Amino acid sequence: MSLTLPARDWYRPPEGAEKLWIGLALLWCFVLSLMMPYWHFRGKQNSRGEAYAVTPTAFAERTQAFVAANQVGEHNGIPVAEPAPGGDAYLLARMWAWYPVLKLRKGETYRLHLSSADLQHGFSLQPLNMNFQVLPGYDHVLTLTPTSSGEFTIVCNEFCGIGHEHMIGKILVE
Amino acid sequence: MSSSSSLHAPLPASLAAPGAKARTCATTGLGVCLTAQRFIKLNAVAAVVFLLFGGIAAILLALTRWQAVHLLRADWFYRILTFHGLNMLIFWILFFEVAILYFACTVPLRSRLFSSKIAWLSFGMMLVGAVMTDVVILQGKADVLMTSYLPLLAHPLFYLGIILMAVGTLIGVFNFFATLYIARRDRTYEGSVPLVTFGATAAAIIAVVTLLHGAIVMIPTFTFSMGWTAQPDPMWYRMIWWGLGHQSQQVNVCAMVAVWYLIAYLATGAKPVNETVCRGAFVLYILFINLASAHHLLVDPGVGASWKIWNTSYAMYLAVLASMIHGFTVPASVEMAMRAKGHGRGLFGWVVALPWRNPAFSAAALSVVIFGFVGGITGVTLGTQQINIIAHNTLRITGHFHATVVGGTTLAFMGLAYYVIPLMFRRDFIWRGAARLQPWLFGGGLLLVSLGMSFAGSLGVARRVYDIEHAGVYGPAAHLFLGIMGIGAIIAVVGLLLFVVLCVGTLLAGPRQNGRPMSNWGVAQELPGAPGEAIHADHWAMKGTIVLTLVFLLCFAVYYFANWKALADVWPVR
Repeated sequence: MSLTLPARDWYRPPEGAEKLWIGLALLWCFVLSLMMPYWHFRGKQNSRGEAYAVTPTAFAERTQAFVAANQVGEHNGIPVAEPAPGGDAYLLARMWAWYPVLKLRKGETYRLHLSSADLQHGFSLQPLNMNFQVLPGYDHVLTLTPTSSGEFTIVCNEFCGIGHEHMIGKILVE
Repeated sequence: MSSSSSLHAPLPASLAAPGAKARTCATTGLGVCLTAQRFIKLNAVAAVVFLLFGGIAAILLALTRWQAVHLLRADWFYRILTFHGLNMLIFWILFFEVAILYFACTVPLRSRLFSSKIAWLSFGMMLVGAVMTDVVILQGKADVLMTSYLPLLAHPLFYLGIILMAVGTLIGVFNFFATLYIARRDRTYEGSVPLVTFGATAAAIIAVVTLLHGAIVMIPTFTFSMGWTAQPDPMWYRMIWWGLGHQSQQVNVCAMVAVWYLIAYLATGAKPVNETVCRGAFVLYILFINLASAHHLLVDPGVGASWKIWNTSYAMYLAVLASMIHGFTVPASVEMAMRAKGHGRGLFGWVVALPWRNPAFSAAALSVVIFGFVGGITGVTLGTQQINIIAHNTLRITGHFHATVVGGTTLAFMGLAYYVIPLMFRRDFIWRGAARLQPWLFGGGLLLVSLGMSFAGSLGVARRVYDIEHAGVYGPAAHLFLGIMGIGAIIAVVGLLLFVVLCVGTLLAGPRQNGRPMSNWGVAQELPGAPGEAIHADHWAMKGTIVLTLVFLLCFAVYYFANWKALADVWPVR
């Protein structure tokens, strides 16, 4: 009885179906544990958390320099920057915009630098539904390879003040 | 047992000691310490008040995120979201857990509560802290959501309120441990503590670790908000805050599982198939959930892949193993009790004969199913390091934890209230027919909320966002699932309000028992010719449970690998 004192000799090993279930559950937990290292080496989608310390001012300057060197147009008043294939791209999150719009080529790999000028933000690429955290003071580097083309939308999915829902950005893939 | 304890003269902690303030329960025959009873009542009533606050907030939020209704303004949406999270996840649950702890260390151990003064101090600090936090939020000085991620900054009293709440709870937990100590010292019981007390002790141990994390993160944030110290690092804040935020959910899991065992015993006479297995599983919780904050940092910068993989699964998911063990032992114990009473037809004849009209039982049964099948499976999958890429900060996360904390913990606690109120306040429930319906309303509505959120989240809809139209990427399917969430929320909140009305109505106008046993909610009946205890010799007799748990494992595997497939379809990223 769970509410009354157990018998003095309550200790005994599991038997029968209970023993079988513990074995099955343990085996399943083993599978769960091994899937992550397996995917780390064999899978293509990983979050390694590669990051470097950066001040918000320094990151904004790098983004500005990146835009100045790579601007190819404008999208709703925001500069569109196209990084060189294999090169670095900078995306600055701030209340409440993503800067700049990025233009990428399908099948090429980029080092995408994410950081924030102010609060914490969430990089949520739609409609793919890929999500990464963006923090001030951290240059978060994603090594990213677009494998589909079109216009993709960046939604902020970390609360960043009352204008949070207006924080929408774009990535264009050709 | 009584013969061995009568060998000793009753010592001060015992309820049998001269001058002990105690009564004998007319229903169970157990001794009840009147001091413990007072604080069980106080904490339970406070809990229900905060549940009501959180429930009112819940309906406002759901009717705002249901885009077709879109009730609140943006600033009030985020304000009420902050309010909802803290009232539900922290205030309602911690007050109720302190009530459970005071029960578990006194009644089953036949002990008095260690200290009335400490219990007052704990209760007072918790109440002042909770009210202070709520007032600051409603004044619009803390629109920072429950997590209050730095560099977002709230009014200092917001942090001070949470610190008071955490420290007040710690003091209550201390009172629990002190009572365990005096009960053992004064030999109010012999041998090992009952399973419910054991589970509550596991919860209390995790609560200490959790609340210390809360103090470590909240105190420097408070001093920063006062301008006394520099701003803590936002990544450090996230890691330590989730040491509070996620581990406190493991306290809930422990307390909830203890309540499952308790209600299973009260409604069907179930006893653990194997005490060693049940207790061992509680020990696994204590040992293997301390770094659960990693689940929230899986797509964060600054922590590497090996840190993430190790901390989200360390020692081979042994905390998950613990939940899977309870997921077997709880229904197995019920099935064995039912078969012993003669309900042995086929695989599931015992299920039909269960006391479904007993609201405590139906609440606990729904809690097991919603927690296991929805909350558990989604939780492990979303907490998988790489899969988190397609889930982080979407409504999938809220879909998961509404199934665990609301469909699981809150529903189980509601079920317990159907015994706590008659046994502690000695009044029978009003509107007993409505009470029998209440768990189904709340559980059913909540299931729709959770599924609506999960599917909307799979379509990329973010959590914690006022309006999804600005993004211009969500189609009719996303709106349909938000609508299902909204309808589910209406049903669940009706169930919640009914629960509050039933509780308050019973406290004020429920028929007094006047020394009679509490009016029976309905328990499993024994049939003539029942095999009785003899059935426990067969360790394979729980055939229905074996089938149910195998179905569970199959669902788990399908959902888990479907998510790996979905992950493989997005852009390669390192």
